[in-house]
Amino acid sequence: MATPDSKIAATGQGSQSGSQTGFVYLPLLAGWLVPGAGHFLLRKWGRGALLSASILGMFVLGLAMQGKVYSNAHDILDILGLAGDLGSGLLYIVSRVLGLGADQVQVTTADYGTRFIVVAGLLNVIAAVDAHNLRTGRKA
Amino acid sequence: MTHFTAVLLFALFASIVFGITQRETPRRMIRYGIYCFVLFSGAAIALSWLMFLIAR
Repeated sequence: MATPDSKIAATGQGSQSGSQTGFVYLPLLAGWLVPGAGHFLLRKWGRGALLSASILGMFVLGLAMQGKVYSNAHDILDILGLAGDLGSGLLYIVSRVLGLGADQVQVTTADYGTRFIVVAGLLNVIAAVDAHNLRTGRKA
Repeated sequence: MTHFTAVLLFALFASIVFGITQRETPRRMIRYGIYCFVLFSGAAIALSWLMFLIAR
C-alpha cells in the first residue's frame, strides 16, 4: 500500500519536478507572443488549439469589423485599450506593421470590433498565465 | 453581422478561454464553459429587454 508521501511523489511532486527543468517562463512568453503556444510547448495540444482558435478568431473578427487598433494613448481609456491590445503579442505587432484595423471608429460595428481586439488581448494574457501555472505545477 | 451574432461570438470565444483556464479537469472545463456562455448570452438578452422596456 502506498504511503501518503509516496502518493505525493507519484502525483504532484513527480510531474512538478519534471516540469521545473529549463526556463520556467518560456510558456508564459511563448503564450503571450503567439496565442496557444504556451500550451503547445507543454504538449497540451487540445487546449492550445482551442485557445489559439478562440483568441485568433476574436482578434480577426475585431479587425474584420474595422475595429480600432490602439497606437498611442491620449487619455486613461486609451491607455487601458492599448494595454489590452498589447496582450495579443505578435498579433498586435503584425497588425500595426501591416496597418490593419482602423485609426478612427467610423461605423457602428467598429466599436464592437475595438472591444473584440482588446478582449482578445486580455484573454491571451489569461491563457499565457494558465500556461505558466501548468509549467510550474500550480495547475494540473 | 448582426449585433446579436457579435454577442454570441463574443460569448463563445470568451467562454472557451474561461473554461480552459479556470478549471482543471476536461469535464469541469466544459461545464464551466457552458455556464459562462449561458450567463453571457442570458445577461445580454435580459439587459436588451430591459433597455427596450425603459426606452418605450
